Amino acid sequence: MASNTKDPVLVVLQLSGGNDGLNTVIPYSNPLYYDNRPKVGIPEDQVLAINDSIGFHPAMGPMKKLYDEGKLAVIQGIGYPKPSRSHFRSMDIWHTCEPTKVGDEGWLGRALRDLDPNKDNVLTGVNFGRGLPRALAAPGVPVASVGSLETYGVLTGIEAEDQRTMALETFTRTYEPMLGKGPVLSYFAQTGLDALQGADILSTALEGYSSSVKYGNDDVAQYMKNIVQTHLANLGTRVLYTTAPYNSFDTHAGQLANHTRLWTQTSSAIAAFYDDLKEHNATDNVVLLVFTEFGRRVHDNGSGTDHGAGGCAFVIGDAVKGGLYAEYPSLEAGKLLEGDLHFNNDFRGLYATLLERWMGLDSKPIVGGTFEQLDFL
Amino acid sequence: MADQSIALMAHLMRRAGFGAPYAELETRAAKGYEATVEELLHPETQPELDNDIMLRYKTEWVNKNALEGQQEEWVFRMINTKRPLEEKIALFWHGILCTGHAKSENPRQQNVEFDMFRHKGMGSFHNLLMELAVDPAMVHYLDNCMSHKGAINENWGRELLELFSLGVGMDGKLNYSEDDVKEAARAFTGWTVVNAVPRYPYGRYLSKFVYNPKDHDDGVKTFLGETGNWNGEDIINIIVKQPAAARFVSRHLYNFFVADEPQVPAWQHTAPQDPEAIKMLEAEYFRSNYDIRSMLRVLFNSDFFKNARFAKVKSPVETVVGTTRLVGDFTFPKPGFNALALTIRYMGQDLLNPPTVEGWHTGKEWIDSGTLVERINFTADQVGNVNLPGVRDILARLRAEGPTLSPERLVDGCLDLLGGYKLAEETRSELVTLARNGGELQTGVADFSQRAAQMLQSIVATTEYLFA
Repeated sequence: MASNTKDPVLVVLQLSGGNDGLNTVIPYSNPLYYDNRPKVGIPEDQVLAINDSIGFHPAMGPMKKLYDEGKLAVIQGIGYPKPSRSHFRSMDIWHTCEPTKVGDEGWLGRALRDLDPNKDNVLTGVNFGRGLPRALAAPGVPVASVGSLETYGVLTGIEAEDQRTMALETFTRTYEPMLGKGPVLSYFAQTGLDALQGADILSTALEGYSSSVKYGNDDVAQYMKNIVQTHLANLGTRVLYTTAPYNSFDTHAGQLANHTRLWTQTSSAIAAFYDDLKEHNATDNVVLLVFTEFGRRVHDNGSGTDHGAGGCAFVIGDAVKGGLYAEYPSLEAGKLLEGDLHFNNDFRGLYATLLERWMGLDSKPIVGGTFEQLDFL
Repeated sequence: MADQSIALMAHLMRRAGFGAPYAELETRAAKGYEATVEELLHPETQPELDNDIMLRYKTEWVNKNALEGQQEEWVFRMINTKRPLEEKIALFWHGILCTGHAKSENPRQQNVEFDMFRHKGMGSFHNLLMELAVDPAMVHYLDNCMSHKGAINENWGRELLELFSLGVGMDGKLNYSEDDVKEAARAFTGWTVVNAVPRYPYGRYLSKFVYNPKDHDDGVKTFLGETGNWNGEDIINIIVKQPAAARFVSRHLYNFFVADEPQVPAWQHTAPQDPEAIKMLEAEYFRSNYDIRSMLRVLFNSDFFKNARFAKVKSPVETVVGTTRLVGDFTFPKPGFNALALTIRYMGQDLLNPPTVEGWHTGKEWIDSGTLVERINFTADQVGNVNLPGVRDILARLRAEGPTLSPERLVDGCLDLLGGYKLAEETRSELVTLARNGGELQTGVADFSQRAAQMLQSIVATTEYLFA
């Protein structure tokens, strides 16, 4: 468990596009798997076996290691009722916990409101990437959205240092008088000053950082590095979020090569993240959630896989009791849901576990009800 | 001194279009305000967009299969069209009569709808609703193809009333009942689509609207107090003559073109901020037989419009397209269209893909700490790029004022040339101080460009520049 002196921190890595759960945690001893994946199957002898029925994708060695060390929980058969096979809609559902109506408030936005009700810290929530994921959006909750920690800030296009300093001073002096000029202008001014303050504080995150850990050059690795840098700077950030961009996990075609590249990068980014925290003795109060919006169709399409339903998620950290959670969905034709794995484990139970047992929050209003929690924490 | 007719023209062009560089404002001001309004209201008098070169360069704009390609294509249109109100009205209706990529996953089909908005969006509201009811993107988006005789799906029936024509209520009263929703849904049974071929492996195909009389419920229905054997068109006939329809259209036009109103769900209980303006528009709605063009003519020529400068927060589209038009960029094929279209998404407006069938929340809700930084950095980068033709033109006009400029004149000149912007007195005096700090402003010396560009950057970073 986390020590009582440090606040628990949640890191979220979103795998956009719909990661193929079946080729991530592979039921390699099940003949139905090979029947369904004549072209997009992973040969049994390449699978990194977890037990005698399932194993990791061969590119996931670093994650297998975390699993073997008991720090990685595999959440199997995850999904929600009446699954949507639209990327956007399904991701919305994961973001807002609203599977039946369209919601505009994110679960982590609500969590941040509970964590910092008086908005004492403009960096309680930080997103790495451009554009705020709806998971983090809630009215009145400031979240910094950082395209790159190295270049983040206001008026960053002004290259000459002295000019930029002057422009930022002018910025502050023109925004401050707007506070108190009616609700709209006050809000804009406060938002601008918060952004500037957040950027100022974040720019210090790089100062004291040094590490022997090498990260890859892909976006996920760089953002995971930024997350570690921000965490190590002790800025009071409680939720850090990033996304594998451009729907990259949407492997309709050329899946074998693409999925291998994706998991090579993602696994090593996650391992670097963990090793870097470890090197700085900072693993004890961090838990990482890795999720995607849906799994993919059980039967391959000859080159890739189409949008599916039930999938898998991972939770990683020293505080996590590693192992397998929930059940691997059946591959029997009669038990599939329109050709997809049938979920047996509602993602809102996973969120509730993280919120209650890790962040110490009341999960019911955040995820919209009571769902069965898992014992990985 | 600022030329008032040019400042007013800048206002008209920001609202009825996507803003205009100073030279265009001069030409239009010389032509006259009312004549410009008429030109905008009649896009057919102006040449169509010449897209041939772009289509050779951007093959994804031809096959229309991908969200981002279709977003780029629309952004290019908005930047380069000679018919700004045609694109603006399409954007207006796209934010109200919403379909969304999240469900449609068919940009080609949505573009058919946008073309319909372009061509019918300023015609009769009755005809527009009829077009919408047979628009395959909409029939699919709101599940009317899943609504059958004896087994209705209420989605289209409900949103037609709630979000597309009447609104839940006005003046504290409800505009329709749950029974009206069901009866409307019954009347639209049999209005469906065919040829929905699965997407993979060859991409989406266009669907076609068909009326299937066998699946139509031809029983008697009572809708908004009128009883008969109603079909879909009867429902629309009854809708458009309601006072609530006049209020709904008027208030949406006001919110989009004049000044930010509260969000739509609040309209039942919140009176319009300018009841007289709404009354004028409602009267024109009925007088003109529901003609949107006539309502817009009243609106643009009214004092309430002319007095509403900077009473609206710019949308991300208005911010990006407006700034791009101002600086004269992206007028021909060049790399970077994708990044430009994505910038709009990062600012919170994913074209073709509104967050819900309610469309985008507007006004103040465009701004959060992430989107604000995107806005400021994008606009500052553009106006700070002295190689762009629009920026060069602004600098040339400032230089032409004389060998030196006072600090006040640099600030005011930049404000005028950006399109008649106004700043709060505190802001203006800060910028004057900034201009003064650099010493005498000689327009003939090398660093003048950089100092003027810095002033433009500081102006677009203000809270005032967030408004149109």
